[in-house]
Amino acid sequence: MNAIISNNELPQDDFAVEREDLLRVDNVSLSFGGVKAITNISFDIKKGEIRAIIGPNGAGKTSMLNVINGFYHPQEGTITWQGKVRRKMKPYEAASQGIARTFQNVALFKGMTTLDNIMSGRSLKMRKNFFLQMAWIGPARTEEIEHRKKVEEIIDFLEIEAIRKTPVGRLPYGLQKRVELGRALAMEPDLLLLDEPMAGMNLEEKEDMSRFILDVNQEFGTTIALIEHDMGVVMDLSDRVVVLDYGKKIADGAPGDVQASQAVIDAYLGVSH
Amino acid sequence: MFYREAGQFKTSYEADQSLFPIRQDRIGLAVILLVAFIVIPLTANDFFLTSIMIPFLVFSLAAIGLNVLTGFAGQLSLGSGAFMGVGAYAAYKLTSIFPDVNVIFLVLVSGVFSAGVGAIFGLPSLRIKGLYLAVTTLAAQFFLEWCFIRIPWLYNYNASGAIEIPKREMFGVTISGAEATPIARYFVVLVITVLIAGLIANVMRGRIGRSWMMIRDMDIAAELMGIRPLQTKLLAFAVSSYICGVAGAMMVFFWLNAAEPSSYSITLSFQILFMVILGGLGSIAGSFMGAAFIWILPVFLKFVPGAIGIEIGAETVEHLTFMIVGALIIFFLIVEPHGFARLWQIGKQKLRVWPFPY
Repeated sequence: MNAIISNNELPQDDFAVEREDLLRVDNVSLSFGGVKAITNISFDIKKGEIRAIIGPNGAGKTSMLNVINGFYHPQEGTITWQGKVRRKMKPYEAASQGIARTFQNVALFKGMTTLDNIMSGRSLKMRKNFFLQMAWIGPARTEEIEHRKKVEEIIDFLEIEAIRKTPVGRLPYGLQKRVELGRALAMEPDLLLLDEPMAGMNLEEKEDMSRFILDVNQEFGTTIALIEHDMGVVMDLSDRVVVLDYGKKIADGAPGDVQASQAVIDAYLGVSH
Repeated sequence: MFYREAGQFKTSYEADQSLFPIRQDRIGLAVILLVAFIVIPLTANDFFLTSIMIPFLVFSLAAIGLNVLTGFAGQLSLGSGAFMGVGAYAAYKLTSIFPDVNVIFLVLVSGVFSAGVGAIFGLPSLRIKGLYLAVTTLAAQFFLEWCFIRIPWLYNYNASGAIEIPKREMFGVTISGAEATPIARYFVVLVITVLIAGLIANVMRGRIGRSWMMIRDMDIAAELMGIRPLQTKLLAFAVSSYICGVAGAMMVFFWLNAAEPSSYSITLSFQILFMVILGGLGSIAGSFMGAAFIWILPVFLKFVPGAIGIEIGAETVEHLTFMIVGALIIFFLIVEPHGFARLWQIGKQKLRVWPFPY
């Protein structure tokens, strides 16, 4: 818990000044036919921070993540990634630029083992061609073993050594979430998008996951964008919070400020008309 | 008791990633190879080689080919028969044009043509999935069959419309054509099949094999891990068709000696698909088991009535065989929908704890 407390004691106000933008979203709007999922949203994610995106159900949080990693293409607005305005891109291009992601409903490769799932996160870093792999000689074999070492470090970090060779379909839900985090970590991303990493977990699992998220942020220096419904977790973990409601941004700032904002309270509790 | 890996520790990742990490498996494989390369050639008669072993190996290779596409990459295909045909016709044309070039080399090259055709018919797979994709591959099947019938250049304007394999030699031994001995053909087919099976097993434990399985299990997540769907799927189509093409060329060069367009009809596609489903999607060993079940079992069943002294007509035996094999297919699919490969795994798991129940 020490880590969580000290994290909250960071000088929040200096945060925005000190660090440069990793990602900027400017005036982004996204609609599907007549349904407006996101309306004119702007916010930034600074290098090295944990940025929470919260909001009631259907607020457009997951759509926002989908815009960031290239699944959806917003009709309006620009996305600036590491100082460069990003053109329309495919998810695999976003991946190659260093954006990794986990899903709300676990999207692991069910037929593969934990090890293979995490190894799959290394796909972009492996280059050896088909024929070398077919013969399993020289460079291709060395490459596999090198990346296996990296993957073993992640397995070690997430404390999932015992399920290394288990097909992920057979794992309990909490562990699947952890493997999915491992798979995203294997990409060594600059920005890690976590879509409800703690949904459906019990308290201990949530605490474990919180610990891993903080460790990832502090040890690897990975920037994290986090969608989560558990307010306790959000308030403890995040450096800054952006709040969406009905596709619009209603608040942005340090956890304490957001919590006190009247617009946020209204969005969550409702207002009497 | 005998099948237990207790005490077999691995000290390197390399050892852990080997194809057969368990010692007993390695011994088993060595025994199988010993039987295939030494015992069978020494003991088997011509009938056993030509009617059982050669077709079994050819079908195993074709099943591996389809398994790459359907079992590993998750793209359902009904065109494997036609892709085998492309390999056969390509090899035939090649050996007509270059009669002096080693025929084994030409058979291996013919797969390249099949791979190209397969990749073209794989293009819709970017947009279409599952059963709908199967229908587009069905179009490939009918279109290619039409080509085999309507383009006389493919069968050298032969009046019968069939391709007849000429005599070809390697190191002074006849290996194709009517005069080739079953033993020579058997060795050629065995070496090619074992070689390709080994190479594909290597691909499957590396990055490319993983990328296929990623596309199969969760294509959206795969794309987010940086997998390009089109390239990955097309590579799967190309590799699968290459293997099917080589199998198709071997089928006519080292087994049938002659082939008509109908040899590569939709029936063949279904036969291969059944081998893959029954053997186990996504398993190379399963491809061999599936091929054995679909091809060898009927041949054996035909001899059972004669062997136990019951006199029934050949035609009745044929029908009975169909019925029994059909019933067995249903039975096995109910017992284990994941095929023989899974049954084999469960069996091994049981063996590990034998004689205790768990």
